[in-house]
Amino acid sequence: MDTILKQGLVFQVRAEITENPAIAKSFSSIAEFEAFVQNQIDQRTKALGLDTPWYSPQRIGFTMYKMLMLDFGRATFLTSDSGSSDVKDILLEKLPRTILLFTTATIIISIIGIFLGAFSGSKSGSKIDRLTSIFAVVSSSFPVWWVGMLMIFLFAFVYPIFPARATPSISSSDPGYIVALLYHMALPLITIVMIGFGSWAYLVRNFIIGIMQEDFITAKKTMGINRKKVVYSHALKNAAPPIITILALSLSGSLGGAIITEAVFDWPGMGRLYFEAITVMDLPVIIGSTFVLTIFFLVSVFIADLLYAFFDPRMRTD
Amino acid sequence: MSAISSDEIKREFIRSKMGLAGIGILLILIGVSIVTVITIPIDTFKEWNNPSNWISYPKTSIPVWVNLFQIKKIPEHMIIDEPIEKFQKLGDVSVASHQFMVYFDYDDFPNDFIYEFSAKYTGSPLLQLSVIRPDGIQLQLLSLSLPNSQTQITHDERIFSTDSSIRKNLFLQKEKFSFDIDGLSSEDILFSSSEKHEILKGNYIFLVNVYGVKTQNEILDSRLIVGGKAFGLMGTDDLRRDLAIGLLWGTPLALFIGLAVAIGSVTMGLLYGVYSGFKGKKTDEVMMRFNDIIYVLPALPFLIILAVTIGNSIFLMVGFLMIFGWVGIAKVSRSMALQIKIKGYVEASKMMGQKNSRIILRHIVPQLLPYALASVAISVPAAITTEAGLSFLGLGDPTFPTWGQILHDASVYGAAPRGLWWWIVPPGIMIAITGLAFVFIGNAFDTIVNPKLRRP
Repeated sequence: MDTILKQGLVFQVRAEITENPAIAKSFSSIAEFEAFVQNQIDQRTKALGLDTPWYSPQRIGFTMYKMLMLDFGRATFLTSDSGSSDVKDILLEKLPRTILLFTTATIIISIIGIFLGAFSGSKSGSKIDRLTSIFAVVSSSFPVWWVGMLMIFLFAFVYPIFPARATPSISSSDPGYIVALLYHMALPLITIVMIGFGSWAYLVRNFIIGIMQEDFITAKKTMGINRKKVVYSHALKNAAPPIITILALSLSGSLGGAIITEAVFDWPGMGRLYFEAITVMDLPVIIGSTFVLTIFFLVSVFIADLLYAFFDPRMRTD
Repeated sequence: MSAISSDEIKREFIRSKMGLAGIGILLILIGVSIVTVITIPIDTFKEWNNPSNWISYPKTSIPVWVNLFQIKKIPEHMIIDEPIEKFQKLGDVSVASHQFMVYFDYDDFPNDFIYEFSAKYTGSPLLQLSVIRPDGIQLQLLSLSLPNSQTQITHDERIFSTDSSIRKNLFLQKEKFSFDIDGLSSEDILFSSSEKHEILKGNYIFLVNVYGVKTQNEILDSRLIVGGKAFGLMGTDDLRRDLAIGLLWGTPLALFIGLAVAIGSVTMGLLYGVYSGFKGKKTDEVMMRFNDIIYVLPALPFLIILAVTIGNSIFLMVGFLMIFGWVGIAKVSRSMALQIKIKGYVEASKMMGQKNSRIILRHIVPQLLPYALASVAISVPAAITTEAGLSFLGLGDPTFPTWGQILHDASVYGAAPRGLWWWIVPPGIMIAITGLAFVFIGNAFDTIVNPKLRRP
């Protein structure tokens, strides 16, 4: 990498000189001219920090600083829709779209999952409980992207209700853009929610079943507290810590978008960006998006830890 | 964790309906794989990407069984390679003739018909192709003299229904039809009744005669293909490949990928975790931090990077999937090893001076086996779907017809917009069924092994 950059510098300096013949003419001897060129090259190498090896504290510090400023340099091949090749621009363009689709889907999934799970967990062994469990197991064994293909086949071509491509065709400045985007988002959203909520419900159900066997729940029941209240406020609150951890992790995970799902629905989000960047080996974009996603991951784990302590007093230290 | 004897596990397992269902599906899948490996020659799937191997099959044809649910029967693709052979000699003239019986009972015209033959002859014999229709009308299709040769040669040729001389010949017999046959293709004329342009059902006889003077002629191979729109159990794709073969071969491949990845990563994770937990102290710390590093790597992007940069052979893929599979198992087995480590019998065998490796393998690992089995079953579906996903993105091994690969082709050739459901639905269902079998088994195991999930 370093050699390439250095060669690039040499080429750049020479090109500048050939473009401007006045520079070459102002020298009396060839030796002087060569010295000038070498001097230019050295100066620029130093400015970029290329004279020290990559592990030198100066260069690592510089890179760290750039990372913190979210400056990932320029993408080698990819550009944002507006044509900018700045990695930051590309990321800022893709991230809201992924948040719009996948984070919305995750939130809907978790809401449905928590309530369905609590409901079926409190009536363990009932018909609804069994249906939920079966649905969870069956739905989790279908790949989301395959269901996506089927949904496109059914609801975009056999019954043309939704568009097949998830990218709106009108420009983003159009006032109807939001409506178009939401309309285009419907099919992927339905698919992701349909496949996702089963396993969430199953998870919550298992927590609730564990808690419903605890003594304090039995005590509350015998005290005559409304059954619904016991389930939804007491049991669910006790199941909250693990649920919140999983929710935080899946929210931050959703930011990465599902690479394959985005490929199927042609959704221009982070997942697609990742895939495109990898296939053309666009290193700045790969590094940039991995960095951003890792930051989100760490932050959400941190928040989850704080919330854990909030919901579970046993975790607190004085 | 409480020790459960293997008898107890067996007994509990047989009692769980889910586990039995899982085992049942798995047995069926294994049966399918064995039958596939035995009956379908390995060559056919090696030739999966070789178009010339599939040339006589129709393009994107619907599965045959769809006809069972249709009032209007879709014409089936017919490949007839066993003609009735006759040989006659009238003085100097010898006639080798092949007859093909075609029973046509469908409600749509066929796509085309192709006659393939290879003949052994000397001189320049005459080949005549004619059809006797169910209404008794005989139509001359083609008279063709084979290329002249002084020595005995073998000549291969394909005659297509789009051949211009067939059309010309049919126009010369215009008076046999009471409607205008201008602009119709030859198969539309041939299979049409003489009064109206509609299908004439019944027995057609395709007659091929090779006349030679003073010479001995032979038709070696001869085959008539009546191109239809339905073929095979699972139809065909855009490259004329028989999807049934792809789907069948996908089964052993998927089982191999799933099981290899699951067993490999569980073994790795188990040994790693147990060793780390058993050793404790600094070794444990270092090993677990390394584990954490792998744990936070985003698996799919990394798999894509590996597949793009290193290679996409199916065995490499199995290796890549293992790299990301063992982490969770290592964590759990470490914590289990920590609990077992302080038990009396482990201390005792340490005291007796047994080797570490012996303690681990004889005293700790067997305790974890039920858990390991459950994890194998649970991690198989993930491996299969991940491989399918990678193949779907076009990063799989293109030489093997895995289900993901078929789906990839389907999406590349736009199967969804064109309504080719038989190209999309079956591979996904196969993936789901295979996953389901292992999820069932894994869940049943988990409820037995994991005391927390046990119902009182």
